[in-house]
Amino acid sequence: MAFRTTWRGAAAVTCGVGLSLVLAACGGGDDDGGDDGDGAAAGDVDCSAYEQYGDLEGTQVTVYTSIVAPEDAAHIESYAPFEECTGATIVYEGSAEFEAQIVVRVQSGNPPDIAYFPQPGLLQTVVRDTGAVLEAPDTIVENVESYWSEEWKGYGTVDDVFYAAPLGANVKSFVWYSPTAFEEAGYEIPQTWDEMIELSDQIVADGGKPWCAGIGSGDATGWPATDWMEDVMLREHGPDVYDQWYTHEIPFNDPQVGDVLERVGTILKNDDYVNGGLGDVTSIASTTFQDGGLPILQGQCFMHRQASFYQANWPEGTEVAEDGDVFAFYFPPISEDFGRPVLGGAEFVAAFTDRPEVQAFQAFLASPEWANAKAEVSPPGWVSANTELDASLLVSPIDQLAAEILADPETVFRFDASDLMPGEVGSGSFWTEMTNWIANDKPDGEVLDAIEASWP
Amino acid sequence: MSDNDPDRPDLGSGSSSTATALREDVPVAAPRPPEGSPVWTGVLVAIGAITLLGILVVVASLAGLWTPEFDWPSWLVSSVTAVEKFGLMFFAIILFVAVMTLILLAVDRARGVRNWAVALAFLGPMGLMLIFGLIYPGVRTIRESFFDRTSTNYVGFDNYATLFTEDIFQIVLRNTAIWVFIVPIVSTFIGLVYAVLVDRTRFEAIAKGLVFLPMAISMVGASIIWKFVYEYRPDQEGVEQIGLANQLLVWVGQEPYQFLITAPWNTVFLIAVMIWIQSGFAMTVLSAAIKAIPDDITEAARLDGVSGFGMFRYVTVPSIRPAFVVVFTTIAIGTLKIFDIVRTMTGGNFNTSVVANEFYTQSFRQFNIGLGAALAVVLFVLVIPIVVYNVRQLRLSEDVR
Repeated sequence: MAFRTTWRGAAAVTCGVGLSLVLAACGGGDDDGGDDGDGAAAGDVDCSAYEQYGDLEGTQVTVYTSIVAPEDAAHIESYAPFEECTGATIVYEGSAEFEAQIVVRVQSGNPPDIAYFPQPGLLQTVVRDTGAVLEAPDTIVENVESYWSEEWKGYGTVDDVFYAAPLGANVKSFVWYSPTAFEEAGYEIPQTWDEMIELSDQIVADGGKPWCAGIGSGDATGWPATDWMEDVMLREHGPDVYDQWYTHEIPFNDPQVGDVLERVGTILKNDDYVNGGLGDVTSIASTTFQDGGLPILQGQCFMHRQASFYQANWPEGTEVAEDGDVFAFYFPPISEDFGRPVLGGAEFVAAFTDRPEVQAFQAFLASPEWANAKAEVSPPGWVSANTELDASLLVSPIDQLAAEILADPETVFRFDASDLMPGEVGSGSFWTEMTNWIANDKPDGEVLDAIEASWP
Repeated sequence: MSDNDPDRPDLGSGSSSTATALREDVPVAAPRPPEGSPVWTGVLVAIGAITLLGILVVVASLAGLWTPEFDWPSWLVSSVTAVEKFGLMFFAIILFVAVMTLILLAVDRARGVRNWAVALAFLGPMGLMLIFGLIYPGVRTIRESFFDRTSTNYVGFDNYATLFTEDIFQIVLRNTAIWVFIVPIVSTFIGLVYAVLVDRTRFEAIAKGLVFLPMAISMVGASIIWKFVYEYRPDQEGVEQIGLANQLLVWVGQEPYQFLITAPWNTVFLIAVMIWIQSGFAMTVLSAAIKAIPDDITEAARLDGVSGFGMFRYVTVPSIRPAFVVVFTTIAIGTLKIFDIVRTMTGGNFNTSVVANEFYTQSFRQFNIGLGAALAVVLFVLVIPIVVYNVRQLRLSEDVR
């Protein structure tokens, strides 16, 4: 890391001397200091879009994130044009303990310049508990207003102050399946919930297990089950009730929430439907979410509801395509009243310092230039909700599909509700109670009452 | 620094007027030189003064009177790269060596220093670190346990009330009790029986090595190994068991079992991992104690017609009692603080959480500092009686000797 920094610094100094004249010649200075020779991509950068940030020669911006290897490589690479054109150095630090450490670092007076928050709920906690997050400057506000649809600004807003612009995004309303297995068995992709249940019954009649799932995720065990609840809530009662639900305008044990849990139970707690290749209902709790969909490849199950980022979990050599080994279809709607709702998540960029180079980098991350630079270098499993994102730059057909869904003005997008609820619920009782619901067969009513009781 | 410096407390009795007295003047053979260098005296006094100042600052900050506002240099507080971190480590080591060297040199060379000054120079830095690294965090944790989740409002005993009334914490306390009850008893028992059985047999070295081996594995490593042992696959066509435990069950014609899911037995299966690790420790210490039993005692007992179980009950066990107590209490303290196994294997899910795991979850996942601190205090209070018992037993055994 130190080597990398020094090398970059040296390259930046050299380039800075004749910035406007010989930029292309300096391009090679930004790969990992090795000779992988991908300098050409960086060298072709058109710096005109970066002139607004000014000359940031010799400055340094520290970034602290929860994104670790191998996904961090594409992030670091995507900053290259910014570093080339402005001369600033970005020091990237990823940590698997980000959620715990960010608060510790802020409270001990050692915050990073910029942090990527994986959930708005955590952003809220840090803003309210520490008061150390800085309000977003006007350039960021302008970028977010021009390049994102309206609701996105709200997710980065805490107590009516806008702090954080969205970064990457993911679409969660997907059901993974095997196109080849569907074709062999003569199954059609279901267009409505009822068709999906008919298909499930058909698979049972044919002697198979239609669904497989896994909610294990270390101390975050349970989150995939909350995603099920959210997707079904959006489809059964629509976005308005969904908003009342996560803002606690209706209690968590409201009958409408009860309907949703019951409907999710018709699949996840149905021993006829689950858990193909993994066991009975309780095995959903002991299976990690990474392993949850893999039985599809062995033909032991047929459908697995999981986000676009799940494509990173398929073993090497699996062809992700509409006619390949695996692909995903849109989680079908229940009622026609609510259009085509989509559930998703994202990271958010918040700043703890306001030096010019920090604000410039923050603005860069909220610009189409960054979204496209990231798309160019990113492996499968990444999209952005930036409306200027050029979907053709993405390598994976699922990412392209996700980007199209996000950019489609007809889409009714809603952010993952558990990420928006207070931490006690959203990353606490909602997870643990859904886990109890599956692992210990805790009754619906008791689960919802327990979550309601924990709401602060 | 001159001898006439009015600010300097007069430590020496035989003051010499020459400020140039250096180490050459010190008689090498003398045990305590009556005349030494005032420079070294000054160093000694300076170390003591800095120490006292440090203690005062910590106490003042603790009492909320005054906290120093100071911009620490960035290399000291925010090392990011490996080079910076190693640099910081070497800085700390060099600082430690430098301070210790200074103290040792100064104590020998300062003139006419009193005993209390020597004591201060030796104990001061250590006392400062104890206060800074142990007492200060301890007192602060106790203080935070009486405050709300962001440590801003005083809430009295609310956090403790939550701990002892809410269902999820009842389960946490119950699990910790199960752990502390089972692990020390079973580990010590297995260790003792094993030590006696393999004592002076042909395969003693290998047999002891095998049981001791798990001690060399980290708790997290052991947990991952055992997670594979417990791994569950359904009894379905085309699905093969990959966990050892369930494969054994299938071989004897049983259904595979969800070892980590079904409460409360899942806690027992987690405890098995800890016993697997700790039995080796118990066996090693107890075996060494057994070997230290003088032959004349065993021979005398044998002449008296004691053998077999009687020998074990009336000779071996009483003779190794001190080692026994040490093993038992050490394992009990380690078990009270258990965290790694639970966190790695279940993450505290499925009703397996224990106090230390819940402390982490509340403090660093829920950011409920008050509740987390209260859990830490409960853990601390639970450890106290064991430590007291341990120290008393040590004293007793020393008195006997």
